[in-house]
Amino acid sequence: MEKCQERQHRIRAVVIGASAGGAKALSEIFSRLSSDFPAAILVVNHLHPHSKTMQMVDYLGHRCKLRMKAADDKETIKPGTIYLAPANYHLLVEADLSLSLTIDEKVNFSRPSIDVLFETAAEAYQDELIGIVLTGGSKDGAAGLKKISDFGGRVIVQDPKTAEAVIMPQSALRECEDAQVMSLARIGDFLRDAVQVEPLAP
Amino acid sequence: MNRVEIESVEIELLLQAITKRYGYDFHNYSKASLKRRIIGFLHKSNLEQISELIPRLLHDKGMFRSFLLSLSVTVTEMFRDPNVYVVLRERVIPFLKTFPFCKIWCAGCATGEEVYSIAILLSESGLLDKVQIYATDINDESLQKAELGIYSRTQIQEYTRNYQLTGLEGSFSDYYHASFDSVVMDASLKKNIVFANHNLVSDESFGKMQLILCRNTLIYFNSELQGRVFSLFSESLVNKGFLCLGTKEDIQFSSVSNKFRSIRQNEKLFQLR
Ligand SMILES: C[S@@+](CC[C@H](N)C(=O)[O-])C[C@H]1O[C@@H](n2cnc3c(N)ncnc32)[C@H](O)[C@@H]1O
Repeated sequence: MEKCQERQHRIRAVVIGASAGGAKALSEIFSRLSSDFPAAILVVNHLHPHSKTMQMVDYLGHRCKLRMKAADDKETIKPGTIYLAPANYHLLVEADLSLSLTIDEKVNFSRPSIDVLFETAAEAYQDELIGIVLTGGSKDGAAGLKKISDFGGRVIVQDPKTAEAVIMPQSALRECEDAQVMSLARIGDFLRDAVQVEPLAP
Repeated sequence: MNRVEIESVEIELLLQAITKRYGYDFHNYSKASLKRRIIGFLHKSNLEQISELIPRLLHDKGMFRSFLLSLSVTVTEMFRDPNVYVVLRERVIPFLKTFPFCKIWCAGCATGEEVYSIAILLSESGLLDKVQIYATDINDESLQKAELGIYSRTQIQEYTRNYQLTGLEGSFSDYYHASFDSVVMDASLKKNIVFANHNLVSDESFGKMQLILCRNTLIYFNSELQGRVFSLFSESLVNKGFLCLGTKEDIQFSSVSNKFRSIRQNEKLFQLR
């Protein structure tokens, strides 16, 4: 039977970029997701090069029901898992939907850089991707979000009025005019609905 | 075909052309990062499509040289991951002391910061005079910088901090001479270092080492190429020799993993069985 609703693309992955104030914002979104969330979530949260990635993994892991881990080089991306870019490494998505880490030069003064994750994820997932820019004090993520939108992905920016640091969401909105603006609570609910897989016809 | 698929054809053709023309084979590098660097070079060259690089690079040797430089990621630092040096001091230095003479291979040494860090570790362990260090890379420009041993002063504070975290007991400033905005590494450190071009993709083993350091280079290779390099390393180590990888690199999924045992998982130190 033909679906009468506007056909929605299956969403296979969500990429999220955050900086200053990121840990709290991320936990607020993640706490709204149930353990059967069917897409993979890839996160760049700017960390100090010497900070312990595992501390962030533990902090966020305790505040959500999904599996949370530091991204490893060459690991296959699995649905229902949240991958955090480790401090001092860029996180990239390969065409075969595995992850790569590199120590390439910083981008936008950052390693990991949100743009690097977003740009490679946009190519790998095309219109099956959601990109989200949250609170932060740099312009990292803006160009990457635009690329996600250019490749047919859906793009969201945290409402700058609710962000601890406004530069990042503001830059993203300037670069990517079609982005939807949402509060953190709204983003959580949106993700839940957007990834809903319709039950297979019997 | 969509744009991404077309670009992947272009990259395939480009890599083929380069392999045939110049003998450098990048097919087994991780693609996402390789593509970013190719696109970066494309923009610097004011070209639009990746395939436009093919005739240019085939006919212009000079342009190929700068292409090669822009593909190689030279990011490095002294005493990167200070804990690694703690572990090398605890586990590898005593092993080196059991030999009258040792060889160390630092593969993918970039601009040399890691090599000098190792030389400092050896110096403080009283081993500098009985160790030959081979420092290799495919990037000749980096090798020249490494051989000069002159670095910008701006990073010295960071390196000093790293040095202090290694638990080494000397003073980092004893190992360099400051002049204007740069520092020159002390000549005594360089005495036993040979800098040479060696390509991990295609070149062979050149001797048996007590220790091989290859950090943050294999991360750019796919599993197949990593496998080749791990076999090369296992052939290039003395019995019970050590292999030290970057903190995000691992031997465990390769075909030679059973030849090594893991000494320290976090610092990625392995020993040939
Ligand atoms: C990111 S640097 C690592 C520097 C240093 N080992 C460290 O961990 O700080 C990687 C180096 O690997 C070199 N490299 C890339 N492909 C290579 C190959 N096929 N053979 C030898 N070296 C290679 C690059 O030129 C670059 O200097």
